[in-house]
Amino acid sequence: MADIEGGGGGGHKKGGKPRGKKMSTRVDFTPMVDLGFLLITFFMLTTSMSKPKTMEINMPVKPDKPPTEEEQTKFPKDRAVTLILGPKGNIFYYEGLPDNLSFQTTNFGKDGIRKYLLQRNKAIHDKCTSLRKEFQEGKINEEEYKKGIKEAKSDKTGPLILIKPSDQSIYKNMIDILDEMQICDIGVFAVVELNDIEKQAVEAASPTQP
Amino acid sequence: MPKVKVPRKSTMVDMTAMTDVAFLLLTFFMLATKFKPDEPIIVDTPSSVSEIVLPEQDVMIISVDANGRVFFGIDGQYNREGLISKMSALKGVAFSEEEKKQFSLVDQFGMPFNQLKQYLTLSADQRTNFNKTSAGIPIDSLNNELGDWIWQARLTNNNIRVAIKGDMDTQYPVVKRIIKVVQEKNVNRFNFITSMEADPRKTGSE
Repeated sequence: MADIEGGGGGGHKKGGKPRGKKMSTRVDFTPMVDLGFLLITFFMLTTSMSKPKTMEINMPVKPDKPPTEEEQTKFPKDRAVTLILGPKGNIFYYEGLPDNLSFQTTNFGKDGIRKYLLQRNKAIHDKCTSLRKEFQEGKINEEEYKKGIKEAKSDKTGPLILIKPSDQSIYKNMIDILDEMQICDIGVFAVVELNDIEKQAVEAASPTQP
Repeated sequence: MPKVKVPRKSTMVDMTAMTDVAFLLLTFFMLATKFKPDEPIIVDTPSSVSEIVLPEQDVMIISVDANGRVFFGIDGQYNREGLISKMSALKGVAFSEEEKKQFSLVDQFGMPFNQLKQYLTLSADQRTNFNKTSAGIPIDSLNNELGDWIWQARLTNNNIRVAIKGDMDTQYPVVKRIIKVVQEKNVNRFNFITSMEADPRKTGSE
């Protein structure tokens, strides 16, 4: 309220002759509003919403030690894809077993690893996308949606991703790749150690380390 | 209303609505938020599309900053009191009731166990200074104090969950070591704390 009606009435300032004790009781509340907004700004900046902004990734990690070389050969070779996280956000990847040292290099950009993973995981990803659409349109309920996703991801023809972060990578790289797993609807993935061949290959591919 | 035509237009605006809005917003912020805790270390978490919310209770947070210093935090004063009692028994160092009380008020700490008592005697400003140069909790295999803290915390409260809060630029070997320590203490399900990122699947911009 910028002004309260007092005895003066609206807007006339023609008080030429002193008219006795008629004082204007108009109070300007603008500063109060300023104060209010100042306090709002203060609270907006110094506090944090209690729940919404904190996110987490749930990563069930294998309890046993990483699989030995023999167990690794039991993995269906045609499904296995290895992603090695190198320095400076580079990713080296190859399919199957590390028989030869040839691998392709990519990065975390839009045309990088995501493109490759979407392409590799197309069948499952398409299924999940259509399920998501159906869920958003309300055709299926949450329980069916979750069940559908779980079934789609357990498809035995999907790729099996082995994530091997090298010692030159940073935490952000690992989180980003786990994120990509979620975005591309990868069913099976695991974080494992690099073997010696791979370690050497990463060293060789990144000679300019400070 | 006077019938006389006022030559000057009134420039006063009725601010009632504005004030109401201002105070409503203010009340909302006062009630729905809480002050950001004064964190001893700065951790810039990477972002992810994950939308699972971190539980408020019974969670222990292992923070790592970009330099690889490890800080440990646990929620709930009752948890902390139990934890410090167990740790003091384990290490054979006695803590007075006052010191335990002080400890239960500490949100997050990162120093070797032998420096803890001294830390508790410092004032708030001194603590901030101390934390800037603190070495963090030792995680090397010779002196795996982080493992001790995790184990004793789990003994104090069975339902406690482990959350790892790493900085974007933390070198992977440190994270690997922490994950290994956590796994050694029989924790196989844990969470990474990340900040929010728009899900490309939901925004349709793949």
